[in-house]
Amino acid sequence: MRIPILKLHNYLLVSIQIDLDDQTAIDFQEDLLSKIHKSGSSGVVIDLTSVDIIDSFIAKVLGDVVSMSDLMGAKVVLTGIQPAVAMTLIDLGIHMQNVPTALDLEQGLIKLRQELEE
Amino acid sequence: MKTKSQVQINKEWDIVGARQMGRELAKEMGFGTVDQARIATAISELARNIYLYADKGAVTFEIEEDLNKKGLKIIASDQGPGIADLSKVMEDGYSTSGGLGAGLPGVKRLMDYFDIVSEPESGTTITTIKWVR
Ligand SMILES: Nc1ncnc2c1ncn2[C@@H]1O[C@H](COP(=O)(O)OP(=O)(O)OP(=O)(O)O)[C@@H](O)[C@H]1O
Ligand SMILES: [Mg+2]
Repeated sequence: MRIPILKLHNYLLVSIQIDLDDQTAIDFQEDLLSKIHKSGSSGVVIDLTSVDIIDSFIAKVLGDVVSMSDLMGAKVVLTGIQPAVAMTLIDLGIHMQNVPTALDLEQGLIKLRQELEE
Repeated sequence: MKTKSQVQINKEWDIVGARQMGRELAKEMGFGTVDQARIATAISELARNIYLYADKGAVTFEIEEDLNKKGLKIIASDQGPGIADLSKVMEDGYSTSGGLGAGLPGVKRLMDYFDIVSEPESGTTITTIKWVR
């Protein structure tokens, strides 16, 4: 299974709608990086509104995707993390401190625009 | 009274199967959304450890019920290589696979009861319980 990545102007938008298994998460990481490269996008929003579990593996993949995109010159914002998911991440000891987040997709786009203008 | 069910862990997809089954059970038992997420996350960590380090094993669910409380017991067992230093693997950040090393210490915090028995060469059994509040 592949997660669809949409292009909107110079941004990429991703909405994760499935229960992520490890292989799908790794494929997504590769797909996103190559799409950033091909499209020259400067910002990415990954919306997690429908994701009801983030375990240590998925958290690592998401954190890595943020750092890797950053190296390539694209900013990533994670949006819509559910309250229950935020609580389990803290129990896991994962604080995602270096990862930009926003409440929802709209706020995410605003945050991207601000970060890219600075 | 005890009700039992079991998921075999042989392939990567079984990690998702196990956590989905655990979440369903937790929902039926009356756990709230946050505890359902805690239970599903703990199962995901335990099942992935089985898949990564022991190749195969099983996750067993038992409903524990007595007069005044009800809980979901999750037992993750394998006949893999076992763990030589139990205190080491319970440290945050300790990983032999380049992971975050968040799994086992995380499961301990996510659940109400946590016990680990492991013998080098003969395998690992981790027992955890979450009580319905
Ligand atoms: N069932 C098991 N059999 C053998 N060794 C195990 C088992 N489970 C865990 N371990 C060992 O314990 C270490 C710590 O496990 P833990 O789940 O905490 O972190 P991790 O799996 O390395 O990374 P993460 O879970 O954050 O992705 C592992 O790296 C592994 O060496
Ligand atoms: Mg682990």
